[in-house]
Amino acid sequence: MATATAPPASLPPSPEPSMLRPRAGTGRRRFKSGLATFFIVLTFVIALVPLVLVVAYIVSKGADVISKDFLTDDIAFSTRSTEGGIGPAIVGTIVITLGATLMAVPLGVLGGIYLNEYGGASKFASLVRFLSEILTGVPSIVMGLFIYTVWVLPRKGEGLTGFAGSLALACLMLPVIIRTSEEMLKLVPRELREGSLALGSRKSRTIRTVVLPHAAPGIVSGALLAVARAAGETAPLLFTIGAATSANWNLFKGPNNALSLQIYGNATSPFEPAVARAFGAALTLIVIVFIATALARIVTVIYTRRTSGAS
Amino acid sequence: MTDTFTPESTINAVVTLPPTVTASGDETADGAESPPREVVFDLNGVEVYYSGFRAVTDVNLDVTRNEISAFIGPSGCGKTTVLRALNRMHDLTPGAVVKGKISYHGEDLYGAKVDPAEVRRRIGMVFQKPNPFPKSIFDNIAYGPRLNGTRKRSALDDIVERSLTRAALWSEVKDKLKSSALGLSGGQQQRLCIARALAVEPDVLLMDEPCSALDPIATARIEDLMEELKQDLTIVIVTHNMQQAARVSDRTAFYTAEADDQGKRVGKLVEYDVTERMFTNPSDPRTEGYITGRFG
Repeated sequence: MATATAPPASLPPSPEPSMLRPRAGTGRRRFKSGLATFFIVLTFVIALVPLVLVVAYIVSKGADVISKDFLTDDIAFSTRSTEGGIGPAIVGTIVITLGATLMAVPLGVLGGIYLNEYGGASKFASLVRFLSEILTGVPSIVMGLFIYTVWVLPRKGEGLTGFAGSLALACLMLPVIIRTSEEMLKLVPRELREGSLALGSRKSRTIRTVVLPHAAPGIVSGALLAVARAAGETAPLLFTIGAATSANWNLFKGPNNALSLQIYGNATSPFEPAVARAFGAALTLIVIVFIATALARIVTVIYTRRTSGAS
Repeated sequence: MTDTFTPESTINAVVTLPPTVTASGDETADGAESPPREVVFDLNGVEVYYSGFRAVTDVNLDVTRNEISAFIGPSGCGKTTVLRALNRMHDLTPGAVVKGKISYHGEDLYGAKVDPAEVRRRIGMVFQKPNPFPKSIFDNIAYGPRLNGTRKRSALDDIVERSLTRAALWSEVKDKLKSSALGLSGGQQQRLCIARALAVEPDVLLMDEPCSALDPIATARIEDLMEELKQDLTIVIVTHNMQQAARVSDRTAFYTAEADDQGKRVGKLVEYDVTERMFTNPSDPRTEGYITGRFG
């Protein structure tokens, strides 16, 4: 800057080079910025601690238990037994959660579409919105009790089936999926809808071809949260699915079992092999939920890529 | 693909055009009266309300075929509101009500038997912000034809090429029809939206400030395009840019917002005339004030 030619006298002097240097108080500002960054990172690490500890602890305790026999063997009649695996519980968790998902996801997404696209501010839509908000807060054991009284009891001895558990889990998932679907549909820009409607598209077609593909990743995220939570639920299954000790692929007939119930039953037992089984079941459950989540993500990516035409 | 639209009842309203008019072949040798032109839209005492609030009132004008009509005026004067009434976009806004009469080729646009989807298929719209669907370029253009039941790949290929060519975008995108429309520049996206609207062979194109998000070069391309398109269709454009209205339009409507007897501001049509006269010799002092930059 010192080498620059001097400006004519008539012009105001060019700015001093020192103008580009930090202003007074910058040191304090930088300190505050650094401090804030430090605390943000710190809180993130703190939030991560329980997560990492839980996973690490379960892996360390459960990994040894897991074997082909453990994953496929029938459940022992007593928790005191040193024998026995969790095969029927894996089967049960998969079919029961799948059943619940097949019921709750389509219904929930359709409910969300109704609320955001058709119901709007109407009285009925407001009522549905209000009720699903309340249902989100209902304890899961209440859902179990509800299904127990209206579905299991009237069927006498035949009532305890995987399907009863699916119903209870579906009741639990439904309000969550309705609400997240509605929120995700709300985020679809108005311009996109108008672009489609301005071409003479009907509302239903606009929703199908423009609105839903745009909202799909968010809706899948919401549904996944609900599925993952349902897969680990114990309370709604306690008095709806009974306690099978051999694998039952039939959702509609005969008692079933679930990993969450195995964790609950074995972990509360004072016997060493039972506690180990509980950890093995817990690890299995985490892996199953993880695989389901990954699969759903992959499917969503493929779906949005196909509809968005991006390669 | 449905057949190109032929109005069932065509009104040949006699519009008296001044000698200075626009399209060639319009003027008689002595420059007195020009032959009648076909009226596409006939607006009679049109008012639009948003949930009881009167946004615009007392709009009376004719939009004639193969011409570009521009709506200008300050913000909040209701020009976009009137435009959106022309393809029944207000049907989608809860609480919006259109009063008065809008005839389209002599038929009541808001008649009980009119299907709004059919209206929008014939009266296309281009929006202020380019709004391509998050799909491929091809699928964006093919969206409308597919609605109309065109499924054959070869037919769609033809329509896509023709529409993109008409929108002066074909040479730029012909090698990447499969890639996402969101990867295009703003000006290209807007031309894509025009091509998308053209793909359903509309009779009218409504443009709501189509260039407000574009740079001067992209704007010039769109203006050239409009000039070509008016050979086949009728264009109504809302613009904030007076020079644009002066450059491209055949007729200009000037709107303004004024306080009514209750002190509420409401949009009004002040003057509607041949563009040249609007910009050189407007009959209303408010038009003159706006055009010369004294207000607005």
